[in-house]
Amino acid sequence: MKINLLYFGRPRERLNTSSEIVDVPDNIATLGDLLDWLRNRGENWAHELADNRVRCALNQEMSKSTARIRAHDEVAIFSPISGG
Amino acid sequence: MGISIQTEDFDLAAELAALRASSKNVGALVSFVGLVRDFSGDEKIENIYLEHYPGMSEKALEKIIAEANARWQLLGVRAIHRIGTLHPGEQIVLVATAAQHRGDAFSACEFIIDYLKSAAPFWKREQTTQGVEWLNTKDSDMQRMERWDIHQITGQGDMQ
Repeated sequence: MKINLLYFGRPRERLNTSSEIVDVPDNIATLGDLLDWLRNRGENWAHELADNRVRCALNQEMSKSTARIRAHDEVAIFSPISGG
Repeated sequence: MGISIQTEDFDLAAELAALRASSKNVGALVSFVGLVRDFSGDEKIENIYLEHYPGMSEKALEKIIAEANARWQLLGVRAIHRIGTLHPGEQIVLVATAAQHRGDAFSACEFIIDYLKSAAPFWKREQTTQGVEWLNTKDSDMQRMERWDIHQITGQGDMQ
């Protein structure tokens, strides 16, 4: 299943990645699963994507980790927002 | 009603004049301008860098303004959020509201900036003499948001 990933804020900078298309295994069903799968990329990813450091949007709506993902969804991963 | 996300500065007087001209019934104009501070605690701020989520940030601002229009009698709203590198004293954000009466204009303006801080996807990185830090949402901003009784997932709370 292909997912369009976007990164903003701290994880974008620290992981040196602003966007990528990932092909995730079939057992990845939720945003939480996706984050766990990305954390397996290494220590830096596990640290930057820790639960208390990131928030997610699914198809441009703020979403919880239990939200289900589908092929070709747009998932954004970012540090807590701080505009204004 | 207008939303702009831009690197350029804005002219407060020109923006208010345009909003004032949008309706002959305007009896109250309220504006909030957010500025870059020169100190963060004891650390001197050299600059801040702002980025946003193109597409989602515009939609989030539209939704916030629609909610303000549902709650108060407004004649016009103008919101500008700057992005890129900004220095102490520079303007970051403008929220301006026009209404027949000041109560609506005051409340809507405060609501929009509070809601923006907790739900619009913008990120701020501060460069101080001590180094670089991406800012987290402040507890005080979360508390201000909670006063408005908005039931939605925001970009600041826990996502569990």
